[in-house]
Amino acid sequence: MITAAVQERENYLNATSGLKSWLLTKDHKRIGLLYLATITLFFFLGGVFATLIRIELLTPGGGLVSSETYNKLFTMHGVTMIFFFLIPSIPAVLGNFFLPMMIGARDLAFPRINLLSWYLLVIGGLFALFAMLAGGVDTGWTFYTPYSTTYSNTWVIATALGIFVAGFSSILTGLNFIVTVHRMRAPGMTWFRMPLFVWAHYATALIQVLGTPVLAVTIVLVFCERVFHIGIFDPALGGDPVLFQHLFWFYSHPAVYIMILPAMGVVSELVSTFSRKPIFGYRVVAFSSVAIAVLGFLVWGHHLFVSGQSLYAGMVFSFLSYFVAIPSAIKVFNWTATLYKGSISYATPMLYAFGFIGLFTIGGLTGLFVAALGIDVHVTDTYFVVAHFHYIMVGGAIMAYLGGLHYWWPKITGRLYPEGWAKLSALVIFLGFNLTFFPQFILGYLGMPRRYHTYPDEFQILHVLSTAGASVLAVGYAIPMIYFAWSLRYGKVAGANPWGASGLEWKTASPPPAHNFDRIPVVTSEAYDYSTVVGEAVEVG
Amino acid sequence: MGSLSLFPVQASTFAPDVDHLLYFLLAVAVFFSLAIFSAIFYFAIRYRRRSENELPRAVHGGMALEILWSVIPFGLTMVMFTWGANIYFNESRPPDNALDIYVVGKQWMWKLEHLEGQREINELHIPVGRAVRLTMTSEDVIHSFFVPAFRTKQDAVPGRYTTTWFKPTKAGKYHLFCAEYCGTNHSRMGGWVYVMEPRDYEAWLSGGTSGGSLAENGQKLFDELACGNCHKPDGSGRCPSLTGLFGKTVQLVGGATVQADEAYIRESILQPQAKIVAGYGPIMPTFQGLVTEEGVMQLIEYIKSLGPQPGAQTGRMAAR
Repeated sequence: MITAAVQERENYLNATSGLKSWLLTKDHKRIGLLYLATITLFFFLGGVFATLIRIELLTPGGGLVSSETYNKLFTMHGVTMIFFFLIPSIPAVLGNFFLPMMIGARDLAFPRINLLSWYLLVIGGLFALFAMLAGGVDTGWTFYTPYSTTYSNTWVIATALGIFVAGFSSILTGLNFIVTVHRMRAPGMTWFRMPLFVWAHYATALIQVLGTPVLAVTIVLVFCERVFHIGIFDPALGGDPVLFQHLFWFYSHPAVYIMILPAMGVVSELVSTFSRKPIFGYRVVAFSSVAIAVLGFLVWGHHLFVSGQSLYAGMVFSFLSYFVAIPSAIKVFNWTATLYKGSISYATPMLYAFGFIGLFTIGGLTGLFVAALGIDVHVTDTYFVVAHFHYIMVGGAIMAYLGGLHYWWPKITGRLYPEGWAKLSALVIFLGFNLTFFPQFILGYLGMPRRYHTYPDEFQILHVLSTAGASVLAVGYAIPMIYFAWSLRYGKVAGANPWGASGLEWKTASPPPAHNFDRIPVVTSEAYDYSTVVGEAVEVG
Repeated sequence: MGSLSLFPVQASTFAPDVDHLLYFLLAVAVFFSLAIFSAIFYFAIRYRRRSENELPRAVHGGMALEILWSVIPFGLTMVMFTWGANIYFNESRPPDNALDIYVVGKQWMWKLEHLEGQREINELHIPVGRAVRLTMTSEDVIHSFFVPAFRTKQDAVPGRYTTTWFKPTKAGKYHLFCAEYCGTNHSRMGGWVYVMEPRDYEAWLSGGTSGGSLAENGQKLFDELACGNCHKPDGSGRCPSLTGLFGKTVQLVGGATVQADEAYIRESILQPQAKIVAGYGPIMPTFQGLVTEEGVMQLIEYIKSLGPQPGAQTGRMAAR
């Protein structure tokens, strides 16, 4: 728990005390911290699985663990990282904490439901943990039928139930965000004065509310098939195993945008603050978030190009997939244009934003490769796809999450982290990430299938490079965990606005008071107006 | 440690097509990456913050730029789409003279059967320069037939037929992988495709310990299962005659029609109630569990051997 020895002023951390004051809190900021602690544990767990996978792949013949264990490791790595870390990460931690503050609200619209969401994530997580401890699950995070429904002898149902319950956490968070944005904006905070972080979370919330129930339905069907053999997916009973893939990806492709849209929101804040300019093309960037959320629902079939789906369905899904690429590209161009004639600071959060743009660009451009039918037939289910989605989810989403965590850390804790160490770790993560995942593009095009415990000798050099990169990456992730903990006690005390940022969250004390604002702010200017923030301004540009 | 190669061999007619599209995509990706990265580097250095109180002039955007950088990438992606779709279309249209091979995936092996009756497990011998069409299914979970040197991949799905084809261009030995995760020994479900010079292939074919062609075995099975009691060749039985059926358009009860391809015959054997031929009753029992996937394939080849009707299509329209 954060000690608040030097802060005599009352704030959300010291307003009440005791375990109960945390476990029954209705304060969105404290709930944000509960999420932070929870998902950090899951990140660590998912990281342990990843480490074991990478060590095993040092040699082509297996040997460290059995094939059963290896299959469980990559399954549990995926389940943990996607459902219990990435999906909650930015929305549930940073969104929970800052979305209300950024629109000048004292809390989310439904504080009790917000607390319930956290409990649902914890309960879902406990189901999944139980399944892992009891023996694990080996279906891959995608749970493809009929393997998951008929053939796997592992803890499919317990894991699926965990995901089912955690899904409601996501739905309720989304619902809370939508209502909050509609109903709780401070006077003068019009839609087009909202920070882009809020726009991104609004778009994300739409996906959470509309997409996640489909995942819930799909899990119920898997449950019924496994327990009662109702014959919806099993061809021996007249079912269709490929139907599962349609249902699964109808949620799970938009789920990629649940992970990346909030990250884009964070990056918009970082790029603006550290170049001290409004985001170029604010409205275009705002609408591109909504466009991604809508178009994201129309592309699921691009996961099924070799599944036996009809020729023309494949063509339509390829065509539509290129549409969703455009709003993402527009964002990258607008962030880059924002830097032009800015006042660019190299503070750690900005380094993460640069890292995000670089890695997301590569992840996004390789998305064009896998959307091209002729190429995808060759690279689907290979390491090319593994590399592509790690560039988006790790290179994109986690870089932005860490960037956001550094950016708002002084606001959350009232303390600054050590800048030198932070810059070093950002660099180590960037280099380690590329060394881990870039070789996987080459591996994939060479034909190395994913989810392989053993592999032909000629792929070994690239696998060794990848594992070397993963160890660098692990060090990169460990450093912030240490200095963040250190800074809670020893970090320099941060003022209300250490970065000269423009958002409403910086107009209140650090850490904020329990009710965020002593007086509800009245908004009179556009988002990202720095004219009132910078003292004796030196005009540049 | 094996030797490091950075690019897969090209051993089918599709391989150069796919690789050319890859080069185009790489060129686009490298161009945009370099453009964005250099712009970021340049701006970050040129406009670095020199004093804490700097206040840049706020610029809110420009519609011309937004349109420019939406329309140009969109145009490029449409080139990618069309090019990729064209390859995909060709990959789903095997030529009529293709060599037919049946594939059954099961945990954790590939079973392949040639029309002449040769059976292989985790190995496929084919001649160079001749198109090969695979008709595949699975006995259990979903598998995926993947030969990187050919740049082709196709899932084998239980309960249905999927097809793919390729034309090898280079003799040699190439990896065959299962690309769809299928359980414990997924990574060991694979082997080799041997592309042989036609003369070597003929020698290999004649050296096989064949127990009769697929059609001959199909006929035996047809007799054992007493199919001919109802499916009389002259059409006088309680069920439709199968002579000349393959490739024909069949009129169903209710007015719909269906083309008698492999998938239709398979379905009619395993789920006879699914499509009833007009003029006949729903009296055929299911043969699910009585006949294996290989048996079904033999029956199909037997029915094919009963002769297509003159000028009929050959059922190559099977969807991917």
